[in-house]
Amino acid sequence: MAAERKTKLSKNLLRMKFMQRGLDSETKKQLEEEEKKIISEEHWYLDLPELKEKESFIIEEQSFLLCEDLLYGRMSFRGFNPEVEKLMLQMNAKHKAEEVEDETVELDVSDEEMARRYETLVGTIGKKFARKRDHANYEEDENGDIKPIKARKMFLKPQD
Amino acid sequence: MAEAASVAAESLAGSRARAARTVLGQVVLPGEELLLPEQEDAEGPGGAVERPLSLNAGARSRVRVVCGPGLRRCGDRLLVTKCGRLRHKEPGSGSGGGVYWVDSQQKRYVPVKGDHVIGIVTAKSGDIFKVDVGGSEPASLSYLSFEGATKRNRPNVQVGDLIYGQFVVANKDMEPEMVCIDSCGRANGMGVIGQDGLLFKVTLGLIRKLLAPDCEIIQEVGKLYPLEIVFGMNGRIWVKAKTIQQTLILANILEACEHMTSDQRKQIFSRLAES
Repeated sequence: MAAERKTKLSKNLLRMKFMQRGLDSETKKQLEEEEKKIISEEHWYLDLPELKEKESFIIEEQSFLLCEDLLYGRMSFRGFNPEVEKLMLQMNAKHKAEEVEDETVELDVSDEEMARRYETLVGTIGKKFARKRDHANYEEDENGDIKPIKARKMFLKPQD
Repeated sequence: MAEAASVAAESLAGSRARAARTVLGQVVLPGEELLLPEQEDAEGPGGAVERPLSLNAGARSRVRVVCGPGLRRCGDRLLVTKCGRLRHKEPGSGSGGGVYWVDSQQKRYVPVKGDHVIGIVTAKSGDIFKVDVGGSEPASLSYLSFEGATKRNRPNVQVGDLIYGQFVVANKDMEPEMVCIDSCGRANGMGVIGQDGLLFKVTLGLIRKLLAPDCEIIQEVGKLYPLEIVFGMNGRIWVKAKTIQQTLILANILEACEHMTSDQRKQIFSRLAES
């Protein structure tokens, strides 16, 4: 009889801080869940399907200019309008000139020359990052280039 | 052409989407769907029979493809909007899928941003000119968009003048807008086209044919006598030579050469050179 009679404490009372210590884990969980439910119900959200906007890999372009490398639309022949003739050369030679330029840029410094130049730089840059103690390991050769000394100084065991 | 169209129609009815690579140079019809090379791989070779909308883009390699006139992007799909032959251009440099477009025949011009066109000034209202370019509505042209024009120094443009200009605004929702200067403020040949001369209209396909870099017709025409031509992408050609007779001959040649074989053309040019 006494067990039935045991009065249940109200939820609001159980939620109070000083009551938390005495609670068992089950009731604690129950309370937490209820609290979460209340919070999530109060949250506002837009009732919309998720946006599936992806980065498209098709670009739309309605101009024929891009497709068909068309020439400039003003033309003059045999000196009828010298101004337009000059303009024609200028406008139509544009893409041809670009191609030629690209080639010359590539030929300016060949890969081999680049590699040869950087070869000598290895020592110079290496010295910059070396610690003071290691500076002695670099020496200048007759060209003024700095190279690391191959043989490192080691402890030589004295002979008896 | 009729045969090719019927073949295209049959294949359209049989399968819903064809691979763009296999129909290069063939006739495509509006409403048809094309598969890009990387989509083919995802679908498998027999994927054209039934094509569910696959959206697992993660597995697909991302190659940028440009769809030109006559094609339209619809989500991840590529749809044909004009009837004509499918063309493809390899990318000039670097990676990418190149450019696909439909080489179509049409007479009606639809303004496109960046196109150089010939327009006729139809009205002058305050700060802007109304220019007829053959599109669905006249284009507007500000008086300030001429080389060297300022608020004080207005360009001398009258109603009825011919204008060679470029579109800066052209889309389906807005009034097209033209300018006669480039981004650096220079005319570069744009502006009012000089006095006299003859303006006539041809199909849009012929204009592209004549403006192609390796066009024999123009090279031949240029050898005849001193002359000047202006091509507008809207299908208008303005020609001028020393005499009216020469101008008329020129106009007739350009109009007629659309449906001539190269042999016929050679004949005509040799006959002209004799006279």
